[in-house]
Amino acid sequence: MSEGVSEHGAHVGEAKPLEDHLIKEETTHSPYALPGDAELHEELDKTWSPAKGPFRWFMQIDHHILGKRFIVTAFVWFGLGGILAALMRLQLSRPDNTFLSADQYNQIFTMHGVTMMFLFAVPIMEAVAVYMIPLLCGSRALAFPRLTAYSYYMFLFGGILLYVAFFLNTGPDTGWFTYPPLANPEFAPGKRVDIWAQLVNFTEISAIAVAIELIVTILKQRAPGMSVNRIPLYVWSMLITSFMIVFAMPAVMTSSLYLASDRLVGTHFFNPAEGGDPLLWQHLFWFFGHPEVYIIFIPALGMVSQIVTAFCRRPVFGYTAMVLSQVATGFIGFGLWVHHMFATGIPQLGSSYFTAASMLIAIPSGIQIFCWIATIWMGKPIYKPPFLFVLGFIAIFVLGGLTGVMLASIPLDLQVHDTMFVVAHLHYVLIGGAVFPLFGVLYYWFPKITGRMQNDTAGYVSFALMFIGFNLTFFPMHKLGLIGMTRRIYTYHPETGWGPLNSLASIGAAVLGLGVIVYILNGLISWKKGAIAGANPFDGPTLEWATSSPPPHYNFIHMPVVSGHEPLWHAPEHAPVVTGLSTKDKEVLITRTFDAEPDHRYTYPKPTPWPFLAAVSTGIMFVGTIFTPWAFAIGLPIAAVVVICWFWPTTPEKEGEATEEKSVSEREAVA
Amino acid sequence: MRGIQSALEPAGAQAEQIARLWDVFLITATVVWLLVMLFTIAALLRRRPEIVPNATSPRVRNAVVAATGLTVLTLFALLTASIFTTRGIASVPDRAIQIAVTGKQWWWHVEYDDRDKSKRFTTANELTIPVGVPVTVHLRSADVIHSFWVPSLHGKRDMIPGKPPSTFTFQADKPGVYRGQCAEFCGYQHANMAFWVTALPWPEYARWVEASRQPSRIPSTHTQRKGQEVFMNSPCPLCHTIQGTPANGKTGPDLTHFASRRSIAAGTFPNRRGFLAGWILDAQHMKPGSQMPSITLDQGDLEPLIAYLESLK
Repeated sequence: MSEGVSEHGAHVGEAKPLEDHLIKEETTHSPYALPGDAELHEELDKTWSPAKGPFRWFMQIDHHILGKRFIVTAFVWFGLGGILAALMRLQLSRPDNTFLSADQYNQIFTMHGVTMMFLFAVPIMEAVAVYMIPLLCGSRALAFPRLTAYSYYMFLFGGILLYVAFFLNTGPDTGWFTYPPLANPEFAPGKRVDIWAQLVNFTEISAIAVAIELIVTILKQRAPGMSVNRIPLYVWSMLITSFMIVFAMPAVMTSSLYLASDRLVGTHFFNPAEGGDPLLWQHLFWFFGHPEVYIIFIPALGMVSQIVTAFCRRPVFGYTAMVLSQVATGFIGFGLWVHHMFATGIPQLGSSYFTAASMLIAIPSGIQIFCWIATIWMGKPIYKPPFLFVLGFIAIFVLGGLTGVMLASIPLDLQVHDTMFVVAHLHYVLIGGAVFPLFGVLYYWFPKITGRMQNDTAGYVSFALMFIGFNLTFFPMHKLGLIGMTRRIYTYHPETGWGPLNSLASIGAAVLGLGVIVYILNGLISWKKGAIAGANPFDGPTLEWATSSPPPHYNFIHMPVVSGHEPLWHAPEHAPVVTGLSTKDKEVLITRTFDAEPDHRYTYPKPTPWPFLAAVSTGIMFVGTIFTPWAFAIGLPIAAVVVICWFWPTTPEKEGEATEEKSVSEREAVA
Repeated sequence: MRGIQSALEPAGAQAEQIARLWDVFLITATVVWLLVMLFTIAALLRRRPEIVPNATSPRVRNAVVAATGLTVLTLFALLTASIFTTRGIASVPDRAIQIAVTGKQWWWHVEYDDRDKSKRFTTANELTIPVGVPVTVHLRSADVIHSFWVPSLHGKRDMIPGKPPSTFTFQADKPGVYRGQCAEFCGYQHANMAFWVTALPWPEYARWVEASRQPSRIPSTHTQRKGQEVFMNSPCPLCHTIQGTPANGKTGPDLTHFASRRSIAAGTFPNRRGFLAGWILDAQHMKPGSQMPSITLDQGDLEPLIAYLESLK
């Protein structure tokens, strides 16, 4: 105990001095447990309990509740996007098909892209992080809990807006990239493109807000001892991703605001007839759009590392190389966007730079693949479904990465750009590179989130169907692109010779869809009826497994102190913990950015409806601007009032002092 | 599999160079993928000690470093090959045939340039080019972004409105007919915006040019004359030009030598009597959203009109 004081006493924060203790005592189950935990549990459970009452749905700020909502909502959009994909595959399954009209097809392929990119891929990665990151960091909560609630409602409203518009036959129909001048009012009358522009505002506000919460949680709320060289690789990946979101998303919001103002108040940012520049759009859009791919892919790298560690029974080979590779990917990811624009005829020297940069990014990806193979080599693989998803990931992603190198080459890109070859490539990297790891890690973390195990047999079946179906669907598309089939066409003639491969791809899509359905059904059924899971059913090494499944609302009774990358594998029988946080107030331990030494305590807010009301008022403003610029003038003051109410201080100074006293007495009790 | 629009069956110098580069990338990628799979499978199946050591073995570390080094070298080799091909396909010859192509929703306006203004002529949805002679296309768009792509001859180039024409040079080395298609999503009928490139030996090409410079044929039969009358008295001339007649609309394709073309509606239907009749009467059903309206004709006017159009060789 005196050890702990001398170790941490020097770093006590100024505002609220921390009564920290490192205590080694008898324990039964968790290395971080102390005697008397049962009473503490009762008090903490009361303090951290979520909102109750008839309006509780609108008031929750608990990261478990919001994380689950985020995940479920993102999967609903994923299901809808998948149905749209199935409709497209039906239409393209044979030449001259008349199942869908041109107008329906254009809406459907746009909706599919918009749904998967804006409503599934990025949100699901953030959703999983909202739930898991505080647990992996050993913290009681996610930073800025009310902002989390606000982000969730914005995300939900955005998706509802998009699908209500689609069912009213006003779905966007100019592609998820929405190039002007096709998106300019002259060529896209009606409200379809405006729906796209506002959807982007909804989802990107949500994405940026969650990214900031994650950055702050990861930098300031890690368990004591989790210095930067001990952060789990998944947490690293979310940190890098979050920074990328903060830098990339403003570009697309800027462009969507310019587009909305072109359409609403007659500006001419992108109107070539009045001196606007359609290429400006492409630069802005792809300056977001290419990092977006890595924003989806880098979390998946972290997920793969978690799975490989747990199922090869050893730490990932080359921790430092892995972290640096992820950081490098994050940086280089911002220097590639022009490879989407080789066909625009931009100068050759500039293009060659982007060729080199696009090939360069294969190096950090390669290093990570090699490190995982080395881990498998030296470890002892256990063939549970999550590990199979990782093996599927390696096979598919490496192929997708290699076609990516092809697309980096200007001459090859000039041939296959905007063809089915690119469709194949992007699904290899996004489904193989991100969805497979995501499905693997959700299987791995399922017991933690729900407290129940999934059915392994169903897991194997879903993996097999997905792997076979995926390759049947997308591998033929490489060939289709090379023999001339362009993207985004609702029909083609029989003499093009594209029929047979398209039929094959459509059959594959059915198999892939079946695999996804089996996976989701397995999740739904196991959620209700699965075998009860213990705290750590897979013997995972990181802190999320140090608490019960599902975790209590406060995550950890005592703040664990860690001394390595795999704390649970190295922890002595009685690992040190930090005590002294209040049980009466929602206190969270704040640690220092680099060495994670305890710094001070921070009191979290109580459940509140204001984030919901703020989301409603900003939502009304965004939806209103589809129809009239006055929506801003009217909506902004309303939103401002709501946000002021939200920010109104509710914790008087006196209460803070009281907390301090209680903490002191608590320390004495423990001592 | 023979494709009419395939990058794997090059018919010209530029497409040929890209196809060879493709071979290099394809072979390299296949080898790399197989090696990664081989090592993964070996790592899975390898016999291993009962107790897994946590320490890093120097042999494995060296293997990872070597693999990384090999990756860098391979990428550098591919980059070099790519840059040489980029230079190879970009070399611009001194003398080339100049053709201006303008993309419109959803068809192609084609103008053959000449210093002598009287020798210029216009056509649509088809390019005819000589074999073995470089052709420079000047690409423009009249509305939204389109992309000009004939995979057998070269890669694609976007046509961006509000920019100076983008120039793009290619050459056909084999006589033949090659299909091209708009590659940038351009709205409702993006799928049906195709065109044909016919590569002819020089003498035939010269004859074709000479014929194309002529005004339209004078109707020679009674039916054709009646058809011309129907054409001139219907809305057709508002949008279409037929050289040598009062029809000089600019919205739709030039029909001066319409009968010599392979297809109608931008590569959507073969240029045959049945399709033509359907196209005139019910274009909005055959290619919904196109600028061509469905035309109402009086009883007995359709046949002469088709006869007239079919005479425009």
